[in-house]
Amino acid sequence: MQPQVIVHALAYLTLAAGMTIYVSIAGIILGMGIGFTVCLARLSGGPILARIGAFYVSFFRGVPLLVQLLFIYYFLAEFGIDVPAMAAAIGGLGLASGAYQAEILRGALNAVPLGQSEAATALGFSRASIWRRILLPQALRISVPPLINEFTLLLKASSLVSVVGIAELTRVSMNIASSTYRPLEAYAGAGLFYLAINLCLAGLGNLAERRLATGAAR
Amino acid sequence: MSLEILWRYAPSLLSGFGVTILCWSVGAAIGLIVGFAIALLQRLRLAPLRWLLRIYIEIIRGTPFLVQLFLLYSGGPFIGLRLEATTAGILGLGIYSSAYFAEAFRAGFSAVPLGQIEAATSIGMTSLDILWRISLPTMLVATLPSIVNLLIILSKETVVLSIITVPELMYQMQTMAAETFTAFTAIFAMAIFYWLLVEAISRVGQRVERRVTAFMTPARAS
Repeated sequence: MQPQVIVHALAYLTLAAGMTIYVSIAGIILGMGIGFTVCLARLSGGPILARIGAFYVSFFRGVPLLVQLLFIYYFLAEFGIDVPAMAAAIGGLGLASGAYQAEILRGALNAVPLGQSEAATALGFSRASIWRRILLPQALRISVPPLINEFTLLLKASSLVSVVGIAELTRVSMNIASSTYRPLEAYAGAGLFYLAINLCLAGLGNLAERRLATGAAR
Repeated sequence: MSLEILWRYAPSLLSGFGVTILCWSVGAAIGLIVGFAIALLQRLRLAPLRWLLRIYIEIIRGTPFLVQLFLLYSGGPFIGLRLEATTAGILGLGIYSSAYFAEAFRAGFSAVPLGQIEAATSIGMTSLDILWRISLPTMLVATLPSIVNLLIILSKETVVLSIITVPELMYQMQTMAAETFTAFTAIFAMAIFYWLLVEAISRVGQRVERRVTAFMTPARAS
């Protein structure tokens, strides 16, 4: 073990960690949009949209992320459209995460007692305001722990983005390993960075949970 | 899309599929055994041991599988651990999944009602007896859904082994793609194949789950 290898490479690793965080956050946000849309389609979009939503979830949860990433990278190229690596990376992470987030949201919405929306309908709430005032606030609270879990999974999955050539933590530590001939130190360094980011994420999750818990029934 | 190329490469693809299944099953078996051992050791009242296991689990769960694989495969030789790609891949899958299985088993143990264990203690059962006859049966049933789930996740994780040149299905597909310039066909076939595989596993898993947990759900008038 030569820890100084990590110290020398610290600047590169920090930059790469920034890239990892950037790709992950972009993937999470894209996934949120997709997840919300798919969840809506499955719950109140009529039989055809619900079918399409179920198909989407089944496909993107059933195919390994590495295959999805390469698929996106090559699919459009088949039609002569050149996909930039960054778009393929963020798109791949977002599409896959969207499927998981849709299921988390759907589970959370189903966990809100049906009586509540019936009561709201009886009181004359419109459908939109039932969603906005009754279902969504509660569903969000329920879905925070599984969402944080999904975000840490996505952060780790972002290491696969290295195969399309994005200079994130894994890619950069590969380069460091091959230029210094010290793979042990290089990958341990990358692992430490991932661990640190994940611990921060878990901390943020705890904070969000406590914030949202105010007003929850005990 | 050209099916004939897939047909021409059928032997190597089949051998790749065999390696995928091998890595998956042996890796999962190692993970299950080690994970179970960790969950049992965590129940011993030894604070330092529990911290060590906790740290192990957090490190494994907090770092990407790919990075762990690289550490094992290309970092291993520097500490005298020289492994072939497939061995490293299987070992990597085992280590990676052991942390997740340990957590699943731990959750399962906490699903056993405390009253049952107290009752067993009060009628004079030994702690080994309690573990074998009371905790384990309840806990295994309670953890079955998450075990099936983890097995599915693990089956998809085997693709990552192609990056360290384990000759599994993805690796063979990529070799085919490189030799015949059919990247799209290869990846498309991979996607469809895994989709069907995962759907099939989860269907079977649901069946088994329903069978095994049948006694827990009250019988419904049908």
